[in-house]
Amino acid sequence: MTNINVKDLTLEFGAVRVLDKLNIDIQEGEFLVLLGASGCGKSTLLNCIAGLLDITDGEIHIGGRNVTWEEPSERGIGMVFQSYALYPQMSVEGNLSFGLKNAKVPKPEIAKRVARAAEILQIEPLLKRKPAALSGGQRQRVAIGRALVRDVDVFLFDEPLSNLDAKLRADLRVELKLLHQKLDNTMIYVTHDQVEAMTLADRIAIMRGGVVQQIASPSEVYNRPSNKYVAGFIGSPTINFFEGSITDGGGEFLSADMHFPLTGYDASQGALTARPAWLGIRPESVITGTDVDHQPFTAEITVELVEPMGSDTLIYTTLAGIPFRFRMSGKASVAAGDALKIGFDPAQGSLFDKSTENRL
Amino acid sequence: MTDTPVALSAAPRGTKPRKRLTPTNIMLYGTLFVAALYYLLPLYVMMVTSLKGMPEIRFGNVFAPPVEITFEPWVKAWAEACTGINCDGLSRGFWNSVQILVPSVVISIAIASVNGYALSLWKFKGSEVFFTILIFGAFIPYQVMIYPIVILLREAGEGLSLITGTKIRLMGSIWGLVIVHTIFGMPILTLLFRNYFASVPEELFKAARVDGAGFWQIYFQIMLPMALPIFVVAIILQVTGIWNDFLFGVIFTKPDTYPMTVQLNNIVNSVQGVKEYNVNMAATMLTGLVPLIIYFASGKLFVRGIAAGAVKG
Repeated sequence: MTNINVKDLTLEFGAVRVLDKLNIDIQEGEFLVLLGASGCGKSTLLNCIAGLLDITDGEIHIGGRNVTWEEPSERGIGMVFQSYALYPQMSVEGNLSFGLKNAKVPKPEIAKRVARAAEILQIEPLLKRKPAALSGGQRQRVAIGRALVRDVDVFLFDEPLSNLDAKLRADLRVELKLLHQKLDNTMIYVTHDQVEAMTLADRIAIMRGGVVQQIASPSEVYNRPSNKYVAGFIGSPTINFFEGSITDGGGEFLSADMHFPLTGYDASQGALTARPAWLGIRPESVITGTDVDHQPFTAEITVELVEPMGSDTLIYTTLAGIPFRFRMSGKASVAAGDALKIGFDPAQGSLFDKSTENRL
Repeated sequence: MTDTPVALSAAPRGTKPRKRLTPTNIMLYGTLFVAALYYLLPLYVMMVTSLKGMPEIRFGNVFAPPVEITFEPWVKAWAEACTGINCDGLSRGFWNSVQILVPSVVISIAIASVNGYALSLWKFKGSEVFFTILIFGAFIPYQVMIYPIVILLREAGEGLSLITGTKIRLMGSIWGLVIVHTIFGMPILTLLFRNYFASVPEELFKAARVDGAGFWQIYFQIMLPMALPIFVVAIILQVTGIWNDFLFGVIFTKPDTYPMTVQLNNIVNSVQGVKEYNVNMAATMLTGLVPLIIYFASGKLFVRGIAAGAVKG
C-alpha cells in the first residue's frame, strides 16, 4: 500500500498562504503530474510531501502511515531535483550509495543496489566519474539513480527535465515513462511543461494560487477543462475564447453577430440556460477543406498571419471580432490575405460561466 | 568560363592588429609602474640596509647596495637582540606568535564555519536576529571592549581556578589571547562562511536530507569538501590578522609571552644605546615574513575563494 493522501494541507510563509486546505489522493502505482505556472505552489506541495518544508496545518499519509511529522528520510520517498543536486565531491558511485550508507545498509547490499540502478539507467561506465565530468542528461540519470537505489515506493520529481535541452528532454521523458512502467512505483512529478504533463501522467493536477483547479486524466483535462483557467493553460496554441451569451433553452451561443449552434453539447452542470458565458474552441478542432460544409458552424475568414511549424501550420485570423487561431495541415499552402472557409462543431468546445468561469 | 578566385583584399582581414604604444597603455602601465615602485622602494631599502654593517650605514647612502654583504644583523635580530631583560632576540616572540596563531586560527575557523553553515542552511527561529547581532559586533570599536575583556578574562580565570582547583590564569596568558582572537574573528568569519554556504544550491541540501544525512553528516561530507576555497580565504584572513595584531598582544600578554609584533616594537623602539638600523630592518623583515609567505603560497586560491559564490559555477 503506497498510496499518498494529502489532507487539508495548508502552508503559510508568514502572512502569505501558499497552499490552502489542499486535498489530493494518489493511488498506488499512479503517475500524478502537478502542473501549473511558476509560483502556483506545485513545487511547494512536493516539498511538503517530501518533508522538506514544515507545514502549517493538515496531514500527509504515505502508504497508510501518517508521516506528517517524520523526517524526509523516514518517509520512504526518493526525490529528483531540477538542478540534479549531485554531491560534487563524490563519484557517481558515492552519490548513489550516500543515502544507503546513512541508513546503515550493509556493504554487499549497497553494491548490489548500486549495480542494479546503474544497469537500469545504463550508467555503469560512469560509476567512477565525478558529476562535473558528466553531461546534463547523464547527471539527471544519476540523480534518478539516487532515488532508485533507496528502494522506495514513492518517487518525487521536481521539474527534473527543465534544465535539459529540448531533444534530451524528449528522450528522457520517454525513459521516465518506461521506468514507471517497469517499476510501477507511485510517482509525483512537478512540471510547468504541459507536453511532459500530457505524455507522462495518469492524472494531471492543475494548480493555481495554491489550489488544485482540476485533477483528472490528460484527455479529460484537455477535452473537458473544469474552468476557464485550465482551458487556457492546457493546449498550445492556446484555446480561443468567444465572449457572449447562451440563448434561452441553450440552443445557441451568441457572440458579436455570430450564432454558434450548441446542439449536442455535453453539459456538466445540468441543462444549459440563458446566461452570459465564454465559449472555448481549440485550434485543433477547426476544419478546412471539403468537409467544412458538414460542420454545424461555418464562416468565411481572411488569413492574417501564417506560422508554418513543419508538422502543421498555424493560421491567425479574426472571428466574431476576436483574434482567432487555428491549425491546418503542414502541407497546406496558404498565405496572408487568402480567403478561407472554416468550420467546427461548437458543441465539442467548452462553455464557461461568465462570472464563475466554471464549466457549464 | 574558368573560375577566377575572388581577389582577397590585403586588409582588413582576420585578427585586428593591436597597437602597443597607445595613450591608454602608456597611462596604464605608467601608473602601474609608479605604484609598484612606491611600494617596492621601502622593501628595497630595508633589504639592503639589513645586509649592511653599521659603519656602512653611517655613510648615509640609503639606496646604495651593500658593499660588504653581512648576515650578522639577521642573526642578531633572530637570536641576540635584547628586549627588556631577555636577550634571545625575536625567536622567543616568533614561537609565542606561533603558539597564539595556530589554536586561534583553527578554533575560530572551526566555530565560524559551523556558525555560517547553520545560519544559512538550518535556519531557526531568530537566526536572522542572531546573525544581525553577530555582525553588529564587527562594527564596535575594539578600544571600547578592551577593559571589559580584561576584567572578563581575569574573572573567568579565577572561576576556572575555583572549579578545577588549580591555579589558572587567562589574563596575561597565551590562551587568554587565543580566546580573544577567536571571539573577535567570529563576526567577519561567520559572515564569510554564511554567504558562501548561502550560495550552495538549496537543492543539494534537500537531496542530502532526503538521503537521510543529519546536521554533522551534511556538514562534514558535503559542505566541507565544497568549501575549501572559502576555508583558504578564512585562513589567510586569520593568519595575517592575528600575526599582525599588536594591540591585543600588548594588552593581554606579558613580556614572557609577547607575540612577535610586540617584541619587534620593543626592539626597534628601544631608546638605549646605538640605533642598530640593520638589526631593526632585519627584525621587521623577519616579522613580516609569515604573512608574506602565506600570500605568495596561496594568492591564487585566495582570489578564487573571494570570487567563489559571485559567479555560479
